[in-house]
Amino acid sequence: MRMRTIEISVGAFLLAGILALVFLAVRVSGVSLSGSDGTYTLYARFDEVAGLRVRSKVSMAGVTIGRIAAIDVDSAYGEAIVTMEIEGKVDNLTTDAGAQVQTEGILGGRYISLSQGADEEVLGDGDTVVNTQGALVLENLIGEFVTRMGDSK
Amino acid sequence: MLRYLRLIGQETLEWLATLGRAGTVWFWAMFGLPVRGDFALLMKQIYQIGVLSLVIIVLSAFSIGAVLALQGYTQLARIGAEGSVGLGVALVLLRELGPVVTGLLFAGRAGSAITAEIGLMKATDQLSGMEMMGVDPLRRIVAPRLWGGMISMPVLTLIFNMVAIWAAALVGVQWLGIDPGGFWSGMQDGVELWDDVGKGTIKSVAFAVIISWIAVFQGYDCLPTAEGIGNATTRTVVYSSVAVLALDFLLTLVMYGEFK
Repeated sequence: MRMRTIEISVGAFLLAGILALVFLAVRVSGVSLSGSDGTYTLYARFDEVAGLRVRSKVSMAGVTIGRIAAIDVDSAYGEAIVTMEIEGKVDNLTTDAGAQVQTEGILGGRYISLSQGADEEVLGDGDTVVNTQGALVLENLIGEFVTRMGDSK
Repeated sequence: MLRYLRLIGQETLEWLATLGRAGTVWFWAMFGLPVRGDFALLMKQIYQIGVLSLVIIVLSAFSIGAVLALQGYTQLARIGAEGSVGLGVALVLLRELGPVVTGLLFAGRAGSAITAEIGLMKATDQLSGMEMMGVDPLRRIVAPRLWGGMISMPVLTLIFNMVAIWAAALVGVQWLGIDPGGFWSGMQDGVELWDDVGKGTIKSVAFAVIISWIAVFQGYDCLPTAEGIGNATTRTVVYSSVAVLALDFLLTLVMYGEFK
């Protein structure tokens, strides 16, 4: 083997590694090259967010328009404060827009579904969605059902 | 009774001495490198260890990716979740199978070759010859192989993962008819660049260190006879494989474990 051939093949080998890394980053983990600077932050307060996770999606009419950036608890009110990163192109959410914690499929993960309102005013960066509905907890529903069955007897 | 105690003590001391020698070899070789002529030596080792391992890596990656897609599909299609095949295959490959299988193949393909080569050099007194000429064999022979392994392994792992995921897509999407949108976007939703690709690559670097260390040391420390070289080569493959699997468990525990 000549030194030149070895150098060329090692170069091609390393290039293949870099291409593989790019493939894994772009195609497999979905890192977009356009950058994520075009987002703004919205907050929403829920009475129950069981099952919701950071990086879960925020969608409107089934289309993903953002991600959950953080979930904190406000222990004074016993509520959860969810920080959402919404894509910049969705810039006309009204102040009476609704946010609801929903479940994907039967066993799927939880996500937040936003619904558009009818108000004139528009939510900007750092505003809070007021009109919210928290997660339905199956155990609570069953518990309520059982107690009502007991009462009606 | 006393005899057994003495035996155990001897074995322990022998084991400690071996570890000490191995540590010294590793340390001197790793940090004695940067000298002018060493670059060409390193290049040759990356060629020997990395480029020549490509064929076996690509072939294994292809069949493993294809098999994972087949198995995943038959199980998940029963509950109507064949859309998750892509995500499952990608996570399994990036986090575990990619680094581990590449490590095992690397131990068998490159580790054994390193041991046999250095062992034969020792048996034919090339190493002592070098020392006589004032050339440090740790720097000239051992260091390029350690570094070559550490550079080649992550690259091989990345290539392995890419080929395997591509093979899974080929089988799943083209052949079994999984919806390509669900396949790729499910993958992109669930795979994180750092958590999955990054940590998997770190694993592969750790495996590379341990495999090339074992391979180099077994060659350097073997009995300079035909039988000794054979035994050392076997030990390299056995020790490296066990070390890779054990280390993988530890790394997974540290990186992904949430049990405190």
